[in-house]
Amino acid sequence: MTQATLSQFQGCGSEGTDSSEVRTVFLPVFLLLGIAFGFVLTRSEVLSWFRIQEMFRFQSFRMYGIIGSAVTTASVSLALIKFLKLKSASGELISVSPKPLGSGIQYAAGGTIFGLGWALTGACPGPVVALIGNGVYVMIAALVSALAGTWVYGWLRPRLPH
Amino acid sequence: MTAWLGREWPWYIAGPLIGLFVPALLIAGNKVFGISGSFSHLCAAIAPGRVEYFRYNWRRAGLWNLVFLVGVLIGGFLSAHFFGAQGVAISIETRASLTRLGIHDFTGVAPRELFSWHALLTVRGFVSVVVGGLLVGFGTAYAAGCTSGHAISGLANFQLPSLIAVLGFFAGGLATTYFILPFLMG
Repeated sequence: MTQATLSQFQGCGSEGTDSSEVRTVFLPVFLLLGIAFGFVLTRSEVLSWFRIQEMFRFQSFRMYGIIGSAVTTASVSLALIKFLKLKSASGELISVSPKPLGSGIQYAAGGTIFGLGWALTGACPGPVVALIGNGVYVMIAALVSALAGTWVYGWLRPRLPH
Repeated sequence: MTAWLGREWPWYIAGPLIGLFVPALLIAGNKVFGISGSFSHLCAAIAPGRVEYFRYNWRRAGLWNLVFLVGVLIGGFLSAHFFGAQGVAISIETRASLTRLGIHDFTGVAPRELFSWHALLTVRGFVSVVVGGLLVGFGTAYAAGCTSGHAISGLANFQLPSLIAVLGFFAGGLATTYFILPFLMG
């Protein structure tokens, strides 16, 4: 696919990834990291509807502690990576290209719409999948529904403010 | 070891571990930690239709993301299956608030009154799972990111779009918690 088409694509986690394809030999690494993430989501209980309710009701520090320390750890790691000019396993210089701000409407509106759904399902995208693994099989319906939601966005995209 | 793996992890263990996925993915393949992009990749793989947004090479852009997502499914299974899925020890205040709301089953990771196949046939269960799912899928695609992409990766990189998105996450979440849920459960 052409670069132009790819740069229009703005899904979560896609930024800064346009140019490189992960070689097949590295895919097992991503599988293992995914397994580890599913494990952490479960043991940290951030996939629990109850924990999300606790957070939105400001009745426990737990979720704020988790998010805050996660951002701090990620931020320090990022600064170190940039400072040391580290290369990835595939040999490219590691870079994080920022998302375009535009009018900012897409982030405010999209973020609010996601927030409404986050408190309803009690799960953001990672946890929806991890919950299916946890045996909450009705989340298969939530996953299918989320895919439908993403599809509707793609379809309406030319008519939405960004 | 196994006992520790089975318990709920304190925030100061769980948070830094989650944060470490950002450098891990960058080092593994120069990839920015994020989950919701895989929803777009799945749409592009399964049913791109004539929608321009989904007409790209999903294998090239997102196969790693989908492989990671399969891992999340397996990790959730292994964790719950081998180390137990106990009830969530939420605060007494939250338990009281939710009881007033009409939630009585606190034994699972999510209340079975809302999250079971049986509950899916009720209005509150349908709205929680199906309408909630739709909003999650639409909102994360529109905002170009979810909790992992914006709240963790984006904020860690000091990106203004991510800050706006996270404020939106909370605006929406608070609206659901204080207005929609009481109405839905009423």
